[in-house]
Amino acid sequence: MFRYIVRRLLQMVLAFFGTTLIVYALMFAGQGDPIQALAGERPVSAAQRAYLTEKFHLDQHGVGGFFYRYADYVTNLLRGDLGESLTGRKIGDILAQAWPVTAKLALIGLLVAIIIGVTCGVVAGIRRGGVFDNATLVLTLLVLGVPTIVLAPLAQYLLGVKLSLFPPTAGADPSLYALLLPGIVLGCLSLATALRLTRTSVAENLRSDYVRTAKAKGLPTRRVVGVHVLRNSLIPVITFLGVELGNLMGGAIITEGVFNIPGVGFNLFRAIRTEDGPLVVGLVSVLVVVYLVSNLVVDVLYAVLDPRIRYE
Amino acid sequence: MTEAHTVGAAEAGRTADPTTRPRSLAGDAWRDLRRNPIFWVSLILVLVVTAMAIVPGLFTPNDPLDCTLSRQHAGPSGAAVFGYDFQGCDVYARAVYGARASLLVGVLSAALTGVIAVVVGMLAGYFGRWVDAALSRVVDIVLGIPLLLAAIVLLKRIDSDNPTVRIGAVVFVLAILGWTTAARVIRSSVISAKQQDYVAAARMLGAGNGRTMWRHILPNSLAPVIVVLTIALGSFIAAEATLSFLGIGLRAPTVSWGIDIDSGRTHMRESAVPLVVPSTFLALTVLAFIMLGDAIRDAFDPKLR
Repeated sequence: MFRYIVRRLLQMVLAFFGTTLIVYALMFAGQGDPIQALAGERPVSAAQRAYLTEKFHLDQHGVGGFFYRYADYVTNLLRGDLGESLTGRKIGDILAQAWPVTAKLALIGLLVAIIIGVTCGVVAGIRRGGVFDNATLVLTLLVLGVPTIVLAPLAQYLLGVKLSLFPPTAGADPSLYALLLPGIVLGCLSLATALRLTRTSVAENLRSDYVRTAKAKGLPTRRVVGVHVLRNSLIPVITFLGVELGNLMGGAIITEGVFNIPGVGFNLFRAIRTEDGPLVVGLVSVLVVVYLVSNLVVDVLYAVLDPRIRYE
Repeated sequence: MTEAHTVGAAEAGRTADPTTRPRSLAGDAWRDLRRNPIFWVSLILVLVVTAMAIVPGLFTPNDPLDCTLSRQHAGPSGAAVFGYDFQGCDVYARAVYGARASLLVGVLSAALTGVIAVVVGMLAGYFGRWVDAALSRVVDIVLGIPLLLAAIVLLKRIDSDNPTVRIGAVVFVLAILGWTTAARVIRSSVISAKQQDYVAAARMLGAGNGRTMWRHILPNSLAPVIVVLTIALGSFIAAEATLSFLGIGLRAPTVSWGIDIDSGRTHMRESAVPLVVPSTFLALTVLAFIMLGDAIRDAFDPKLR
C-alpha cells in the first residue's frame, strides 16, 4: 500500500513537471521579443527594458536561460503567485472569486449524477435486459454521444428561452436556481457513466456467491440488495465520481461559457476569446494541478476502499 | 441493449444448426451485426456523412460562402430548406459543407493516433522489460494531461489563419493527446499474440524482430484497435467542433459545425434554426461513429457470448 502511494506520488510529480514544462514552453519560449510583446505598440525606454530584463531574468540565454525562467515560473506557481492578467488584475484574485461559483456548480452536477444515475443504475442492474434497462442504455448512449457544445446551447434555448422554466443565463453572483439548469447539463455526462457503471457492477454482484448465501439464509431481497449488493457495487462508482468531482472543479469551460456563469471555466473561456495569454496560462496551470491532485486522491482512495486492489 | 441482443442471437444461431462446421469469430460477429438495427442505422449515417464530405454538391446546389445580409434570418424557402442565418448564409448548405472539415479532422487524427499507438504499443508489448516500463510511464503521463486544457494551450500558439495549417494543427494536437488508449490496447494484444505458436514458428524460420513484429504480430493484433479508433473518430469530431466553438480550432472561411453552433447560439433569440441544424448534424455524426464502434465491439467480444 505504502509503496503504491509513493509510486503514484512520484508519477504525479513527473506529470506535473511534464505538463507545466509544455505549458510554459508553448506560451512563453520562442516568442520574438517578450518585452516588446508586453508593451504592445508603445515604445520601451532603456530603463524599462533593463528593469524588465532583470525582473524576468531575460539576460540568461540559451537552454540554461530557458530552464532558469521555467524554474522561476514553477516556484511562483507553487508559491501561489500566478502573476497578473493583461487587464492588470491579479490572477489569484480572479481565481478566489471564481472558485466558489464553480464549486457550487460542480456539486449540483455531482448531486444530479448521484441521485438519478445511481438510482436508475441499481434498478437497471436488477432488471437487466428489461424494458427499463434497454431504455436507459439507449438514453445514456445518446447523452454520452452528444457533445456539450450541442447539449448546453439546446438546453438553454428549449428550457431557458422557449419554455422559460429556468433563467437562460446566470450572470454575476448567481442564485442556486439559476445554477440548476447548467448543473443538470454538466451532470448529464457523469450521470450517464455513473448509471452504466452502477448497472454493470450491480448485475455482476447479483450473481456472486455471497448473494446466494444471503438469500439462502432467508434474508429479504430488500436487505440483500440494499445492503450486501449495494455496498460492494458502489466502490467503482464512488471512485468514478471522485474523479468527476476533480474534473468538474476544474471548471466546465463550455457550460460556464454558454450559461454566463462567472466561474473558473468562464474566465478561461473569456481569456481565450480576448487573447489574454498570461491569464490563460495562469488558469490552465492551476487547473492542471487540481486535476493531477484529484486523480491522485482518487487512485489512493480506490486502493483503500477495495482491498482486492493491490498494486505490486 | 446490444448486449442482450447479441447473446440472444448467438444462442439462436447455435441451436439452429449444430451440425454444420464451426464458424469463425468474424463469421459469428457478422451474423450478430447483421441482425443489429443499431449497426445498420449507424452505418447508413456514417455513409451519408462520408458522401456529404466527398461530394457536398450532391446534397445542395448552394454555396455555403454565398452570404448576403439582406437575407438575414429569412425563413425556409424553395431555395434554402432551413432558411438563412445571421450573416445571410444558407443554413442547410453550411451544415452539409461542414461535414468535410469534421470528417477530415476525425479521419486524419484517428489515422495519426493509430500510427503513434501502433508504434508505441508494438515496441512496448514486443520488447517488454525496460522499453515497456519507459513507454508505459510516457503513456501514464500523457493520459494524465486534460485534453481540452492542453489543446487550448497548444493551439493558442498557432496564429496562422491558413485553413490547411489550422486543420493540420488541430489534427496534430488531437492525435498527440489522444493516442494513449489505443496504445494500451495494442500493447496488450501484442503481448498475447507474441506467445502464439505462429510467432515461435516464424522465429525458428529465422525471421528477425522487425519481420516478426510487422508481418506476423501486427496483422493479428489490429482488430481491437480498429474498434477503439472508430469510437475515437467520433470523439475527435466532437473535440474539433468544441475547439472551433471556442475559437481556437478551425476558423472561417473553413465551414465547421463548431463555428456555426457558436454563431447560432449568439443569435438564438432571433432565430433558433441556425443553432439547431448544425447541432443536429454534429450530434448525429458523433453518435453514428460511437454506436458503430460499440456495435462492432459487442459483436467481437467473446465474453458476451
